[in-house]
Amino acid sequence: MSHDAFITDTDIPGADTGPLADATIAVKDNLSTAGVTTTCGSAMLADYVPPYNATVVDRVLEAGATIVGKTNMDEFGMGGTTETSAFGPTTNPVDDTRVPGGSSGGSAAAVAAGDADLALGTDTGGSVRNPAAFCGVVGIKPTYGLVSRYGLIAYANSLEQVGPIADTVADAATLLDVIAGPDERDATTHHEDGQGEHPAETEAYAAAAGDPVDDLTVGVITDLLEGADDDVVETFRDALDTLVDAGVDTVEVSLDSLDHALAAYYVIAMSEASSNLARYDGVRYGVSGGSDGNWNKAFARAREAGFGDEVKRRILLGTYALSAGYHEAYYAKAQDARAWVKRDFDAALAEADLLAAPTMPIVAPKLGERVADPLQLYLMDANTVPVNLANLPAISVPAGHADGLPVGLQLIGPAFGESTLIRAGSVLD
Amino acid sequence: MSEEVDPAAVRHVAGLARVDLTDEEVAAFAEQFAEVLEYFDTLEEVPETEAEPDLVNVLRADEVRESLDQSTALQNAPDTEDGYFKGPPVG
Repeated sequence: MSHDAFITDTDIPGADTGPLADATIAVKDNLSTAGVTTTCGSAMLADYVPPYNATVVDRVLEAGATIVGKTNMDEFGMGGTTETSAFGPTTNPVDDTRVPGGSSGGSAAAVAAGDADLALGTDTGGSVRNPAAFCGVVGIKPTYGLVSRYGLIAYANSLEQVGPIADTVADAATLLDVIAGPDERDATTHHEDGQGEHPAETEAYAAAAGDPVDDLTVGVITDLLEGADDDVVETFRDALDTLVDAGVDTVEVSLDSLDHALAAYYVIAMSEASSNLARYDGVRYGVSGGSDGNWNKAFARAREAGFGDEVKRRILLGTYALSAGYHEAYYAKAQDARAWVKRDFDAALAEADLLAAPTMPIVAPKLGERVADPLQLYLMDANTVPVNLANLPAISVPAGHADGLPVGLQLIGPAFGESTLIRAGSVLD
Repeated sequence: MSEEVDPAAVRHVAGLARVDLTDEEVAAFAEQFAEVLEYFDTLEEVPETEAEPDLVNVLRADEVRESLDQSTALQNAPDTEDGYFKGPPVG
């Protein structure tokens, strides 16, 4: 297929009838598919064949979709360009010399290139919204707890959600209707009070697309405009004008905590990764470290052979942040920052129904431009990670182009406010 | 606090995490970690903030349920013996 969007081509038929009966779908390769290789973009899992489906995979098949492939991704979701994949990069269908974004780069590229009608991605710090913005398609990061993570191969559990990617807000909302809902295999899909209905049982996301927006106030997050390129901000403001023409009011908001969100995000994500990826010992699955020497040596050899540079970096930095003497300075402080970010978002969302910012501060970089310098790679995520820290939902919709390359407008809503995001986002469909 | 990330520090952390590294990786990581940790040090300025989580225990009944059979559970293992995973010596 084009643009190297897929690691594995498939033809997995869904049910004969259902809301997705005529649709093809691409599935990110960190979502388990029974009997079909699921690599996470890693040499560690190059031959791993899950014995069961992720809940979201069961749901799209029951809804009638045909799975046409498992999509390329940054290794274990660690990256924003799909260049850390052990299987080589995916290119951006808009411009083959540029990255598609990441980590769900293959999923966004498959939709942008027309290889699939829909795609599933996962978003730990922007991994659905980033490639959606860079490829000119729509991506939704649901509220933490809206969609089951069962069968999603873990990177940072407290931050990640599975989210839809599609050409239009209406189509992404149709896919969200299919995948959202409680799952007894993921305890965090229960509603916040642990009882009562799960929000997805009373919401109809696709039905919200196209509804009037003249009752809405959108708060523009000025802090997230400061670090963005001028032509990106200009395109973002043009798209905002389209919302204003449809009747939306805008105000400006500022969140002091955002200066610390990126550092807090990386400390938390790397700490969780260092614990999660300790499961790769080469004994139950993955690359074997052989049987010479004791288990410490064998496990260390398995990880040296199976993991790429970025994964090793994050495991080691996470281990460092959690180690004796540094836990208080890094991990505990990052949790303080996370609570502060949440509090700031709550206050801003008391002033406005939704918040807005450019999804990415730049347009898609050239292949090789960012990936060599880790800190530069991380800084690209400044506008997306605060949403994951606060467990909130967000959508990236195409805002237009800067220098011929797609720019995304990000809308952020209150917890379980996906319908409002879809209503506002659909103005740009 | 993180002013110095020398190769020995990288090797120490890699040892804790049980990840082998080549000499080239150690040298590259030492330089990169210094830069990343300097950025993380900006968290010093974050005030103590009380989290207000809406948490509740979610428990299920402790009942036997259907699960993977033994051969399915072993299908991805690099090495098995008599229906068990076979790992390296623990000694």
